Amino acid sequence: MLGYTIHRILIMIPTLLAISLITFVIIQLPPGDYLTTYVAELQSQGETVNLAKINFLREQYGFDKPLHEQYLLWLFGMLEGNFGYSFEYDLPVTEVVGDRLLLSFIVSFTTILFTWMMSFPIGIYSATHQYSWADHGLTFVGFLGLATPNFLLALVLLYFANVTFGTSIGGLMDPQYLEEPWSWGKTVSVLEHLWIPVVVIGTSGTAGMIRRLRANLLDELQKQYVITGRAKGLHPFKLLLKYPLRMALNPFIADIGNLLPQVISGAAIVSVVLSLPTTGPMLLHALQSQDMYLAGSFLLFLAVLTVIGVFVSDLLLAVLDPRIRLHGGMTR
Amino acid sequence: MSQATGNLSPLIGHYVSREPFDPYEIEALTPEQERYYMASQWTLMWFKLKRHRIAVISGAVLAALYFSILISEFLAPYDLHTRNTGFIYAPPQGIHLFHEGRFVGPFVYGYNYRLNMENLRREYTPNPAKVEPIRFLCRGDSYEYAGLFESDLHFICPAEGGTLFLLGTDRLGRDMLSRIIYGTRISLTVGLFGITISFFLGIVLGGLSGYYGGWVDTIIQRLIEVIRSFPELPLWMALSAALPVTWNPILIYFGITVILGLIDWTGLARAVRSKLLALREEDFATAAVLMGASPRRVIGRHLLPSFMSHLIASATLSIPSMILGETALSFLGLGLRPPLTSWGVLLNEAQNINVVALYPWLMLPVAPVIIIVLAFNFFGDGLRDAADPYH
Repeated sequence: MLGYTIHRILIMIPTLLAISLITFVIIQLPPGDYLTTYVAELQSQGETVNLAKINFLREQYGFDKPLHEQYLLWLFGMLEGNFGYSFEYDLPVTEVVGDRLLLSFIVSFTTILFTWMMSFPIGIYSATHQYSWADHGLTFVGFLGLATPNFLLALVLLYFANVTFGTSIGGLMDPQYLEEPWSWGKTVSVLEHLWIPVVVIGTSGTAGMIRRLRANLLDELQKQYVITGRAKGLHPFKLLLKYPLRMALNPFIADIGNLLPQVISGAAIVSVVLSLPTTGPMLLHALQSQDMYLAGSFLLFLAVLTVIGVFVSDLLLAVLDPRIRLHGGMTR
Repeated sequence: MSQATGNLSPLIGHYVSREPFDPYEIEALTPEQERYYMASQWTLMWFKLKRHRIAVISGAVLAALYFSILISEFLAPYDLHTRNTGFIYAPPQGIHLFHEGRFVGPFVYGYNYRLNMENLRREYTPNPAKVEPIRFLCRGDSYEYAGLFESDLHFICPAEGGTLFLLGTDRLGRDMLSRIIYGTRISLTVGLFGITISFFLGIVLGGLSGYYGGWVDTIIQRLIEVIRSFPELPLWMALSAALPVTWNPILIYFGITVILGLIDWTGLARAVRSKLLALREEDFATAAVLMGASPRRVIGRHLLPSFMSHLIASATLSIPSMILGETALSFLGLGLRPPLTSWGVLLNEAQNINVVALYPWLMLPVAPVIIIVLAFNFFGDGLRDAADPYH
């Protein structure tokens, strides 16, 4: 187990390096940099530009250096916990990002829990009552969840939450808690607001999960050991829970790798619509204004979050399934 | 050895019939049986697909929608850009058949318009006095069809001097139904072009990876892993934000399709690789290699066709995610821009909660999105089941 963990961690290093390189390339893609945009903006407003100041800034941020040196500077800066500087906010990136990353993490984590809680019973029911009306109905609802663009679902749910429950529109907490430190009231307020994004982001993932669990469970239910168990007079419910379900559980863990990018993607757009104080809206804004270090850091954080999620899911799988532990995890 | 047989052959008389050999001489097949037993793989797939009723219906819906993009100009009652300044944010008009108990055929009631001075809302109510029968195959806004000829023939038009806003109008008084019909053109082709790119990349890279193995495989697999660890939407957002603002809308359109395709190929490449890994050990592949076929020929001529149907099915299943991706990007304002009109661009107007409360019909472009995604999913499921006709 220890050997497997170390092996897995060593594999992560080149992946993370490649991710950082791709992120750097992407943030360099738009022509020009923030300073040129900034200068152009000032000029278009008819303001004078202090060239000496711009040149000073350019040197300060290393924009005058060749690209590979800029990349190395950025990379080594990050290793020291220095993620660069946000021009838009005039603050180091770490300070701008602050709480947002935590809230992003909370939203994603809750969504995955929600997805599991929803898809688990529904998937089992669909599989054990295959081709019943409820099965068809649930499958259809699942498909509908898959097909509806979640940003629109977010808008509609937000409207109804406001009309029926009086939840304040937008944000992840009531306005009075915005600048407050964490307290009981704030936590309750966050929980009151959290369900809309969680339900909205969770729908598409839930649909996929239900279908996979149903398919896996159906495969298991046809196997001979189930028939043997039934023939020996085991209670159907106990039989279901004890053997086939355990086998069909693997996708729940293994799918974190697929689910997490999906959830983070969903969270990005939903939080723009709901104006949640998570990474999504700020990433969008940073991309639009070419605030490259900020945008790059967000992209990098989200990717790293996914890599770590996959890592955790692989470890959990290895704990659950000795076949993976022994074969070095190359079954996927 | 040859000596021996040479000596033996005249001794043992060897009768060879000159008649052509007919393997079905004993068990003659009727034409129906023959059609069934001798069917090619694609025919078998078709047999199996036909039995999947939802898939057939979805396929028909898809075919109809794709056909509609050829004749958008004819189907839409108004032009894409016609502004009806007198009818801004007008609600949908319902189609009626009977007026005061008398049958008049399909018609709509005209609007009564009032500006509510308290909240400055435009209030439209149907006016029972104004009966405006819908005209069919009629003259309306003129258009130029594919740069070939000019015409003003439409499938439906409003009554003379009347209005026909079956799905309401937007903030410039443009007819939503017409805009949705025109939007189909962009929304549906984005997915198609995107999947072409991703299909090509998936086959080439997955093929290289699966056939050669070794370090090529390792590099491509690591690349796939890295690309997959980026959440799709933020990556799409970053890439489309990188498209220069100065590009014209058509270039942006191609840029977006390339971006959608560039990220999406990983799933297909994995499918190709795992199939190739299994198939390259088969006897027929070894035979082809021994006969001196080049890797390109072995992959393209012998291996690919045996799982092409699977690939097409999984490609069909990944088109909806592209359509949803384009919709999401355009909704955020990072994707296509007016004057290009896709469903996502239309939904961009429905970005805030006021729309839900005051002008809910602006959210209607989501209906075709849902329909097309469902149709692609059901059709792809049917194809996937049919792709294995012997199962």
